[in-house]
Amino acid sequence: MDWLLSPTSVADKLIVMVFAIVLFVAIMALILWVIDHPGVPNWVVVVGFLGPVTIALVIGLLYPALGTVYRSFQVSTTALGGDGKPIINPNTGQKTTELTFSFANYDRIFTDPTFQKVIVNSVLWVILVPLLATFFGLVYAVLVDRTRFEKAAKALVFLPLAISMVGASIIWKFVYDYRQAGVNQIGLANQILIWLGLDPYQFLLTEPWNTFFLIIVMVWIQAGFAMTVLSAAIKAVPDDIVEAAQIDGATGFKLFRKVTIPTIRPALVVVITTVAMTSLKAFDVVRTMTGGNFGTSVIANEFYTQTFTQGQTGAGLGAALAVVLFIIIIPVIVYNVRQMRISEEMR
Amino acid sequence: MSMSGSAVELPITTDATPEEKVSSRQLKKQLRLQEAKTKLSSPWASGVAIVLAILWTIPTFGLFVTSFRPPADINTSGWWTFFANPGVTFENYTNAWGAGLSEFFLNSFVIVLPAVIIPIALALLAAYAFAWIDFKGRTILFVAIFALQIVPIQVTLIPLQTIFVNFGLQNSFWPVWISHTIFGLPLAIFLLHNFMKEVPASIIEAARVDGAGHVKIFFVVLMPLLVPAIAAFGIFQFLWVWNDLLVALVFAPSPNLRPITAAIADLSGTRGNQWELLSAGAFISMIVPLVVFISLQRYFVRGLLAGGVKG
Repeated sequence: MDWLLSPTSVADKLIVMVFAIVLFVAIMALILWVIDHPGVPNWVVVVGFLGPVTIALVIGLLYPALGTVYRSFQVSTTALGGDGKPIINPNTGQKTTELTFSFANYDRIFTDPTFQKVIVNSVLWVILVPLLATFFGLVYAVLVDRTRFEKAAKALVFLPLAISMVGASIIWKFVYDYRQAGVNQIGLANQILIWLGLDPYQFLLTEPWNTFFLIIVMVWIQAGFAMTVLSAAIKAVPDDIVEAAQIDGATGFKLFRKVTIPTIRPALVVVITTVAMTSLKAFDVVRTMTGGNFGTSVIANEFYTQTFTQGQTGAGLGAALAVVLFIIIIPVIVYNVRQMRISEEMR
Repeated sequence: MSMSGSAVELPITTDATPEEKVSSRQLKKQLRLQEAKTKLSSPWASGVAIVLAILWTIPTFGLFVTSFRPPADINTSGWWTFFANPGVTFENYTNAWGAGLSEFFLNSFVIVLPAVIIPIALALLAAYAFAWIDFKGRTILFVAIFALQIVPIQVTLIPLQTIFVNFGLQNSFWPVWISHTIFGLPLAIFLLHNFMKEVPASIIEAARVDGAGHVKIFFVVLMPLLVPAIAAFGIFQFLWVWNDLLVALVFAPSPNLRPITAAIADLSGTRGNQWELLSAGAFISMIVPLVVFISLQRYFVRGLLAGGVKG
């Protein structure tokens, strides 16, 4: 069974992949075969169609989410014996630790200056990325609307969305590359500074502006999404509304501001909230470009660092950070869903 | 949603086709109205658009040019000097490929196929039940699954890892496949359900009258109609899995499992100054999503507009 759990050769890997797919298909076929008999009660059919998904989501999403909330309230402390002294493990000679219930993880996230910085950075990301990406996406969608090169122009801005955030980070890390003054620059950003007669600048190392240079990367990625959705919304503005406004004498920018913008408002809300959530949850850019160093870490990145590199203490802090992330997201989603329902009722 | 995929296409491209003949007056009016919505288009607006498009493309273009330059050139001069002093080599690519990226590329491939096929199949079944089988608690269960979309992946990782360890699955591809499947399910069910609901009930009824059971209706009647929806979500899931970093870092930490995106991120940390390796490696990791995106852009945009957004 070694090939099944730890395949190493190319052939083994491909075989285990095919095996996984075949196994899955076989199980599904068996379930469907069982329920596909006349006279099978309705509930069996429902269980057949929905059972696998429900089990997967309960075990894979619901239970872990609750577990993380629970873990976020646990702190690793030294276990005390009946005599009030730490219990020493006779085999290792180390103090035994136990998990106790406490608010210490949350307390530390909101009072420790390092974590406060992380939260401030996250707030900057969540506000700036959606606003800038949406603004750019809207302007661009309007500018290229019905031009001869519309399709190609859109594809160019859309492209960053198809590649990974890691790839985008590498692209921009090269743009920001720094060589000391006097040496040929190989990063475009510093070369532009040189051309302007300025000194080269450590874009990724110099606080506090380095966070903004990371944010630019995310704007660069997300603008394509904003543009695509908003462009479709603009094209879907009903002709009769525009006609009525024209009869009333609205033209040009006024027409755009008074008619087009209010009509595409639902799409604007969807875009802003979606980009906000993406930029809150994504850690790829920070991870790849600075590793969260130099004061650039955000909640999603700090979650990873704490959870997977800092042992028991970190696991509690990481869980608390994940819960904070979750709590920030909830109102955004509720607002989004409410807006969607309002716009659906209007139709 | 208020936006349909077809709205993305240029509205006025069919004036030559005979079946959609519009009188020239109507066409003119349509054109005028379309223009009025924005009316910012003028030669200089087009100029601004072109400048922005170039700005957006230059970073990628710069790294692309760099990936074909000899290492000595990369480190001593900017890529913009390439045009005055060209020197082309493919060695960066062969070196990066030989330095282990080929194995990571294979891992990505092994990860992505099951991680796309399995959630689609599971979600199709669930979406069918929600759309066309009557049972108690249907609405509540559907809303619950819809709501699960908001759970950030981060919240689930630690307990999920404990589960995988308990089953002895750690350090294999199974946790990666299973977790990608689970994370993709809520969105997949939601999207496919919306598409399934659009199939006219009369078609389903007719099949039922003919004596077809649920399984037959599912495969014979619905599946052929759902191909565009499946393609839309499939591309989504494909790009998401291929480009993913978080799940890979957590569940595929060993080099034997690591997909290419995680490998490139790792290179950026450990060999961040070897631009000949990083530039070529980055483009090797991007080639598959780029090909998928360019060849199947229509479906991708349709999925995007149908509310398919996750992260």
